[in-house]
Amino acid sequence: MPIKLPSFRARRDVYPADLWTKCPSCEEQLFNKQLDKALRVCPNCGHHFRLSAAARLELLLDEGSFEERDAGLQSVDPLGFVDQKAYPDRVAAAQLATGMRDAAVWGFGTVTGYPVAICVMDFGFMGGSMGAVVGEKVTRAAEAALDARVPLVVVAASGGARMQEGTLALMQLAKTVAATERLRLAGVPFISIMSDPTTGGVFASFAALGDVNLAEPNALIGFAGARVNAGTIGGELPDGFQRAEFLFRHGFVDRVVHRTELRSELAALLAFLEPSEVVAVVEPENGSLPSFRPLSFLTALADKVIPEGDNGTGHAGSAAGVPTGPGADPAEDADRA
Amino acid sequence: MLETTDLNASVWATVQLARNLRRPRTLELVGLIADEFIELHGDRLFGDDPAMVAGLARIAGRRVVVVGQQKGAETDENIRRNFGMPHPEGYRKSMRLMELAERLQIPVVTFIDVPGAHPGPESEERGIAEAIARSIALMSRLRTPIVAVITGEGGSGGALAIAVGDVVIALEHSVYSVISPEGCASILWRTPDQAATAAVAMKMTAADQAALGVVDLVVAEPEGGAQNDHEAAAAALKEALVAQLEILAAKPLDELIEDRYRRYRSLGPFATIATVEVPPPERPGLADRLRNLIGGTRVPTGNPAPGRPPDEPPVGEED
Repeated sequence: MPIKLPSFRARRDVYPADLWTKCPSCEEQLFNKQLDKALRVCPNCGHHFRLSAAARLELLLDEGSFEERDAGLQSVDPLGFVDQKAYPDRVAAAQLATGMRDAAVWGFGTVTGYPVAICVMDFGFMGGSMGAVVGEKVTRAAEAALDARVPLVVVAASGGARMQEGTLALMQLAKTVAATERLRLAGVPFISIMSDPTTGGVFASFAALGDVNLAEPNALIGFAGARVNAGTIGGELPDGFQRAEFLFRHGFVDRVVHRTELRSELAALLAFLEPSEVVAVVEPENGSLPSFRPLSFLTALADKVIPEGDNGTGHAGSAAGVPTGPGADPAEDADRA
Repeated sequence: MLETTDLNASVWATVQLARNLRRPRTLELVGLIADEFIELHGDRLFGDDPAMVAGLARIAGRRVVVVGQQKGAETDENIRRNFGMPHPEGYRKSMRLMELAERLQIPVVTFIDVPGAHPGPESEERGIAEAIARSIALMSRLRTPIVAVITGEGGSGGALAIAVGDVVIALEHSVYSVISPEGCASILWRTPDQAATAAVAMKMTAADQAALGVVDLVVAEPEGGAQNDHEAAAAALKEALVAQLEILAAKPLDELIEDRYRRYRSLGPFATIATVEVPPPERPGLADRLRNLIGGTRVPTGNPAPGRPPDEPPVGEED
């Protein structure tokens, strides 16, 4: 009886390219499905891979709580910009590759029950670059957070302003920051989460200005590119330059948070950072003195003894009062469409 | 083809004019425009940045706070002034003066002439991005009129950091861009040699910026450029500046701030595409969820599908 050799399957010539990912940090070959299960953090060395906007929302928000707003915002080509490719073609290619309409998504959701307005960027869409659409989404998220008096969470993942929209992209820095500044003055908290990378015009605008700035480990966060920086000093840059820990050391990041802890840290922060009850009076030098209320301490005291249960309804109430989506500003949209 | 070359050449000539070493700088313009100027120094946090000047001035009898980047006219001064590229302390000094202006109800006039904020390790360590962001935030809500004047190079975030205003004026041969044309060309064309092409593509001239609505007013320069006649350039600018300050002074503060917010709120066009409103999902029943889970393609029971080992996922399932 002939010995039956075990049958080896022939190696396939071509494996699907997206089955494995090599960790750029420890060079371990990682099975994509396992990597996804581990929140795209290398189980071997802890390297944080970039997350898509969808995965980020799934990571941070309570299941099924996300309600997207303004999904229909679409980039136009204000300059007629053509480099090696026309700008509309680049946008179309990115849309096909990612299934997203642009590099940011915003909406309302809850984090362990706390309602938030959240805007998440996706580096996969043209480097997460901020043009008018991304700027508009961040701004609308901030304005909606202000209206609904719920905290704003923005997760940045971007190389900076979108060059193809020229100075109109630069103006998004002013547009977004003006909105988050209004939020700040009105006593509505803003948590900025910086993921890899957060650079250029996005770091130099809203991302740097959170009431609390969180960053993922080793995320590249900086203003100018490494090559430019190296050129300036004409030499090697220090190890870890422009990484999250560097920013932490220099006082621009409150906490560097591992991705597995991010949701619980965010929840813990939200538990503290409730929007103030009264709109903060920001302009004391406006002539009129604040009215004298000798018994105001009683009101303050009363607020403190309201039973716990009422807090819950407070959250729900504010979440219900959210403004409408794309039609929120019809006059403004009309001349754009 | 010829047309493209001509356009490239003329736009590139403007970029060169904006960078011309003999172009009047902030201190020179202020000297020519203002009746008196007292420069103030230091950000009270770290140091004094020679690339950014700030102080109190009187223009046509009006008190104003002036801030602006300062390039040097020759090499020695340019090195001392860091070629007009401010570090974080420069922006923090200008913020200090703007806050003073707000408290004393004095209008602010800014002069923008900067290749970009200083890129470098010490700049990053001290938070150049934070300084720029905070300066933009402050200017977006500063309760006093702000007129921004782009006098030469308006280079990216380093320029915008002091260019958020109620009115943005640009000198005829100034430029304003999101990134330097060389930087844009290196990234999108993969060679800095295409800088002129990038400059055209970014529409960075004052006239183009006015057409886009980023700049409100373009002030004509003397024949051949401001470097040929500093006095005439300053006189033209002064006239425009005083007119704008007058208009803004008459505006109620609340209206001023709201209009400034709206000005930046409306910059940057986009389209709104009607999306199919997905009705809020009535929670799918257990049966539906199971059906979804199992899917149409998989064989739910029995032997694994022939020809494919069970531990290997079908190719299409990976994303």
